[in-house]
Amino acid sequence: MDSILLNIENVSKNFDENQVLKNVSVNVYEGENLVVFGRSGTGKSVLLKLIVKLLEPNSGNIFYRNKNLNSLSAKEIAQIRKQIGFLFQSGALYDSMSVRENLSFPLKKIFNLSEKEIIEKINKTLELVGLVSAIDKMPAELSGGMRKRIALARTIITEPEIILYDEPTTGLDPITSKEISELILSLQHQLKMTSVVVTHDLICAEIIADRVIFLKDGEIYKEGLFDEIKQSNDLFIRNFFSAKILKDVGESDV
Amino acid sequence: MNLPKIKYSLNLSLTEKLLNFFLLLSGLAIFTIHFFKEMLVPPYEIEETKKQMYDFGLKSLPIVGTMGIIIGFVLALQSYFILEPFGATDFIPASVGISILREFAPILTALLFAGRVSSGIGAEIGSMKVTEQIDAMEVSGTNPFKFLVVTRVIATTFILPLLTIYVIFISLLGSFLALLIEEQMSLVYFFNSVTSYLDLSDISAGLIKTFFFGFIVGIVGAFQGYTTEGGTVGVGRSTTTSVVISSLFILFVDMILVKVSMML
Ligand SMILES: Nc1ncnc2c1ncn2[C@@H]1O[C@H](COP(=O)(O)OP(=O)(O)OP(=O)(O)O)[C@@H](O)[C@H]1O
Ligand SMILES: [Mg+2]
Repeated sequence: MDSILLNIENVSKNFDENQVLKNVSVNVYEGENLVVFGRSGTGKSVLLKLIVKLLEPNSGNIFYRNKNLNSLSAKEIAQIRKQIGFLFQSGALYDSMSVRENLSFPLKKIFNLSEKEIIEKINKTLELVGLVSAIDKMPAELSGGMRKRIALARTIITEPEIILYDEPTTGLDPITSKEISELILSLQHQLKMTSVVVTHDLICAEIIADRVIFLKDGEIYKEGLFDEIKQSNDLFIRNFFSAKILKDVGESDV
Repeated sequence: MNLPKIKYSLNLSLTEKLLNFFLLLSGLAIFTIHFFKEMLVPPYEIEETKKQMYDFGLKSLPIVGTMGIIIGFVLALQSYFILEPFGATDFIPASVGISILREFAPILTALLFAGRVSSGIGAEIGSMKVTEQIDAMEVSGTNPFKFLVVTRVIATTFILPLLTIYVIFISLLGSFLALLIEEQMSLVYFFNSVTSYLDLSDISAGLIKTFFFGFIVGIVGAFQGYTTEGGTVGVGRSTTTSVVISSLFILFVDMILVKVSMML
């Protein structure tokens, strides 16, 4: 068994009265792709934000390489964050910066590279997401799907140890969606990257998932290999998989 | 940094509004202390500070310049109509010069700067907050407070005095134009008359204030932006509140500083 990179232990999180996560425990192993499923509003984004300490748990602990995030100084947290990539559900591109500046921002903060090396790296990464031509555009000039792919490029450009993806393929057409999923898979193979991927996209999950966890009502409802979960007889999970298809049909009827 | 949470709603009672105002003041105080702490420890974002200074200065030049020339012109013209019947027009350059240096240029430039730049900072940082851009900076290992707040506050603090000096020259030029039209006064006479009555205290009294005003513009705008909540509605609120609060503070601090400088 691979070693544990991330260890989430009995984590609970609430916002005032709203109990979002209840006693969630998960391990993330080095080099694996873990997919997180769950209905809208169950706390998937909150879980990812807890891992990078954008939010703090009300109880429980999170360990990154056996270091407890709760007991680290701001400096040590900043150090750990450099090892973690985070793709925001909203993209969170810097509006006042061009695509080039968006990508060079994290690079300059983490590595000590020459201008030439930075440009090379930016071009290479834009190639991966298929948007070399957008290098001098401002975020406002991009389509929704393009923004998503630039955000992805900004996340992977620093080649972190682990990337937390919050819905990487939502809003993309099926072909791009598949390309992005394959890109995530190739990052795992080529760079031995670990990924935690929140998604509703079953095709994406099928391509990348080693393991799946299912969140329901703030708790881990089910955990297992993708195929096991897919074959599950559990009513809720069957609904999740089939509702997806029914919903798509329903929408095209309108 | 733990800032007090302010509840916004349309129908607040008077006591709730008062409470909010005190929460805002205490939040601003905590934010200011945090600013000094962060300012002193490296890394220093020098590139970004320069960029912001350049941006704020350039953005404000046209508006403060226009204001300056008009204020100078009008002040001289009004003094002319008051003093001309007494044959005392010789004193106009000096009296107008002192008013401009000590009060008009610093305060009016600061108020316009607040309208232009404090709102801009509030809107920019506020929209970055609600669209998770500040979170994105934080997870990329950058300290967003240093990158966004410290740089902008330093930029406003040092650019406003420069803008004020610029306005002083432009306003004096405006005054000269008015006197040239009414009295055919020569530039040499005007210049000599202004400089012979002015002393260093007039210049320093006016300019020292502007560092405080610039600081207020930056810190209030950044505070409003950084504490923005509630989507685009919140951004709108931060923008207007930035202007209102920074303008009020500027006027209030001006009053105190004038009083203090008279006691010295
Ligand atoms: N900053 C916050 N302040 C207050 N409540 C929050 C905050 N962030 C999330 N919540 C609440 O936490 C719950 C879970 O939100 P979260 O964004 O994690 O859902 P999600 O599972 O990612 O849903 P989706 O699939 O729609 O993105 C929601 O009820 C939401 O209202
Ligand atoms: Mg989410």
